Amino acid sequence: MSSLTQYTDLYRQTAAKIDANSAPVLNALRPAALEALDRAGRLPLPSDEGFEKTSIEEMYAPDFGLNPDRLPIEADIAATFRCDVPNLSTLLALVVNDRFVPTSTLIKNLPEGVTVCSLREAALNHPDLVAKYYGRLAPLDVPGVALNTLLCQEGVFIHVGAGVRLHKPLQLVNIFSARFPFMAPRRILLVAEDGAEVQLLKCDHTQTPGVKYLSSEVVEIYAGAGARIGWYDLEESSAETARYSQFYLRQERDSHFDSCTATLCNGSTRNEYNIDVVGNGCHTLLAGMAIGTGSQHVDNNSQLTHRSEHSSSRQLFKYVLDDRATGAFEGSIEVAHGARFTEAYQSNRNILASRDARMHTKPQLLIYNDDVKCSHGATTGQLDAEALFYMQTRGIPMKEARRMLMQAFLVDVIDAISLEQLRDRLRHMVENRFSGDHTTCTTCRNNPASKI
Amino acid sequence: MENKPKNIPESTDDIIGDVTGSEYKYGFVTDVETDRIPVGLSEEVIRLISHKKGEPDWLLDFRLKAYRYWLTLTPPHWGHLNIPDFDYQAISYYAAPGKKKAPGSLDEIDPEIRDTFNRLGIPLEEQKHLAGMAVDAVMDSVSVKTTHREALAEKGIIFCSISEAVKDFPDLVRKYLGSVVSYKDNFYAALNSAVFSDGSFVYIPKGVRCPMELSTYFRINASGTGQFERTLIIADDDAYVSYLEGCTAPMRDENQLHAAIVEIVVEDRAEVKYSTVQNWYAGDAEGRGGVYNLVTKRGLCRGDYSKLSWTQVETGSAITWKYPSCVLAGRGSTGEFYSVAVTRNHQQADTGTKMIHLAPDTRSTIVSKGISAGYSENSYRGQVKVTPAAEGARNYTQCDSLLLGSNCGAHTFPYIDVMNPTAIVEHEATTSKISEDQLFYCNQRGIPTEEAIGLIVNGYAKEVMNKLPMEFAVEAQKLLQITLEGSVG
Repeated sequence: MSSLTQYTDLYRQTAAKIDANSAPVLNALRPAALEALDRAGRLPLPSDEGFEKTSIEEMYAPDFGLNPDRLPIEADIAATFRCDVPNLSTLLALVVNDRFVPTSTLIKNLPEGVTVCSLREAALNHPDLVAKYYGRLAPLDVPGVALNTLLCQEGVFIHVGAGVRLHKPLQLVNIFSARFPFMAPRRILLVAEDGAEVQLLKCDHTQTPGVKYLSSEVVEIYAGAGARIGWYDLEESSAETARYSQFYLRQERDSHFDSCTATLCNGSTRNEYNIDVVGNGCHTLLAGMAIGTGSQHVDNNSQLTHRSEHSSSRQLFKYVLDDRATGAFEGSIEVAHGARFTEAYQSNRNILASRDARMHTKPQLLIYNDDVKCSHGATTGQLDAEALFYMQTRGIPMKEARRMLMQAFLVDVIDAISLEQLRDRLRHMVENRFSGDHTTCTTCRNNPASKI
Repeated sequence: MENKPKNIPESTDDIIGDVTGSEYKYGFVTDVETDRIPVGLSEEVIRLISHKKGEPDWLLDFRLKAYRYWLTLTPPHWGHLNIPDFDYQAISYYAAPGKKKAPGSLDEIDPEIRDTFNRLGIPLEEQKHLAGMAVDAVMDSVSVKTTHREALAEKGIIFCSISEAVKDFPDLVRKYLGSVVSYKDNFYAALNSAVFSDGSFVYIPKGVRCPMELSTYFRINASGTGQFERTLIIADDDAYVSYLEGCTAPMRDENQLHAAIVEIVVEDRAEVKYSTVQNWYAGDAEGRGGVYNLVTKRGLCRGDYSKLSWTQVETGSAITWKYPSCVLAGRGSTGEFYSVAVTRNHQQADTGTKMIHLAPDTRSTIVSKGISAGYSENSYRGQVKVTPAAEGARNYTQCDSLLLGSNCGAHTFPYIDVMNPTAIVEHEATTSKISEDQLFYCNQRGIPTEEAIGLIVNGYAKEVMNKLPMEFAVEAQKLLQITLEGSVG
């Protein structure tokens, strides 16, 4: 039996509660989501194209609990928690499991024309605005999206009005905290109107290691004409944490989207990026890195579609895999009929540092137009033996030399980040990570586990 | 370069608009009475085929096992192809040219068949004999004539049809048949194993270098017949052979199915070079008709330091579904794949290779050049797999696509699985159209646009063309030119 049924059954039993603790706009999509799930019958399996190395069925198989009653979470977390990016002043908000918790700095400092609030609140206060965007990009015929839509009760809503520039980056700290196996259906809806500018730093942390945790995340982002969006996503969870993140972006004319996803510590992660470039003259940058040790599993899947003229995109994903870590990358660039003058590049480079590490790569090009420049490259190998030898002859111990080379290998992913302080911080985190220091956000480590 | 005055078309678009210009040059049907069995497929039909060919029981068992397995399968749909439903009960699974007796000399061959081959430029004639080629021409499903047999036999080389091999060398055939491509491999392999009609068998004994290029020209002829060739090549220790396969098919309105199997076994330090020029009928300009080329080709580099090289030039077929693969099981063995695939009109091609690295120090190279024009879809699909035991494995893959026209598609689907940290695997792919700069430069030097495109495309494909044996390279170049004539000028 598919692990999907336990969630659809749960929904059927608790539908009234789920609806009551959510908003009509969110509830409106649930029947269609349920129907889509019944039609699908199951979640993706490795036998499905595109899921060769990650079984979503297996990810959802444990008997995870949900919080349909919205039982309150202790509020002092907001006061004690700070994610540690030195010198970077951000507008901070927390998401504890699937609950949005704004901080006082966020509430006080939000400029005019910018809304950052719980999706439920937004759906209650501005139903028309949320209904216009919610669930429009993420299609319900994708089982993961349908399941998220079925169970999601709140989430994060970010709206940046036309022409508004946010000078401070927004920071969203996702905290996983539970005492029993728990699943959080998360949702982010980001709307950047024409000419808006926003940068968002998001990090995932698990505060209760040893507890099985599943984060089901659906992100929908609208980039209006000329909008500029920076999206930085750091994952530092635990070995018991599974993350299934599905990201949908639509880019209008002349918009710029920069992103970097770093998976430093995790259990099993599947990130899907679906990017639809519909306007002319857009630019898209998708960068990603994964450092895997132990039995970490990282699967990044990008589907980028160019439907317009004169747009460019660049994708860069790098993996360093040690121990029994497994990595997978599937990236496809589709240049639709009529998308002339497209330039699209994709690169995936991987280092296997141990005998049992595995890497699976599937870069794809689907080109339906002749006036394009597209390429992809993929390599899997190890550190250059000559460089290692050279460094040893200069008195650098083997271990140190390896660390330096691995760090150097990842540097161009880090350089893709436009926030300087974050770049420095990530460089430092990567350094720590290679020296075997797993938890890098110091305050996370000190922070007592929150309670539900 | 000779500079002759020519009507220079207005723009590249005009030239590409002429896509439909060149009709299938080899489109004609030979009228030979064929011995065929009723349409449809059943155990009875398989028994009948086996009986007609006078096969031993073990081969009949093999066919029946494959048939029963085939019944449990459904056709694969993972390719970037639109394969119309095919009625497997509507075709005849066996057709042999009417005259049964093997001819003793060239004169005994049905003049009409000879004429067909001559028009195709197939070298059964004297000049080809001088060229040093042994040609095993397969008309429909049974070998018509094998030349040079004696010269090869002197060296201990066996080159004959697979039906003859079953009679004359049953042990060899039994040992190797299905050892590389099992009947359980896939839908089309199972079908072929059940109904294969004929094909070539090559055995090169230990330490023998085959003195000539072995070649077979396949040809679909009788109307409405399926073609199920089966080729088995075995190169024993230290042997070398270069094998050529070329296809042209006559003009047809209904679709024809071609589900062949090629199996190659390469032993210690042996080398096999397998070259293909494929030009089955591709259907008319509207995409009607044409051959479905659904082929399973695989070689097993079983011996240490063995080498297998696939080279293919694919210009024909309405649908191509073909992945010549190398299983690198011997230490230090090498696999190569060089491919040029041209699609135009409504052709669809999903082709590539698999390099499975099982042993230490194995190396593989993949160079794939796709050219799409008209409304065609051209995909490269390949897998490179490095297993944990393949210490120091090395792969280099390069896939380039060239687009002529804005209605065609060029796609790349590489699958790369690395399970050993000492392996180095590289993949590169590019897609582009012919650069305006290059065209402008050629025009500026007095080369008309259409010639310039031909020149650039030929240069683009050169890397692969160079890997073909000389005799074949000429033909392949000619073929590429004929194909492109219609497309680009």
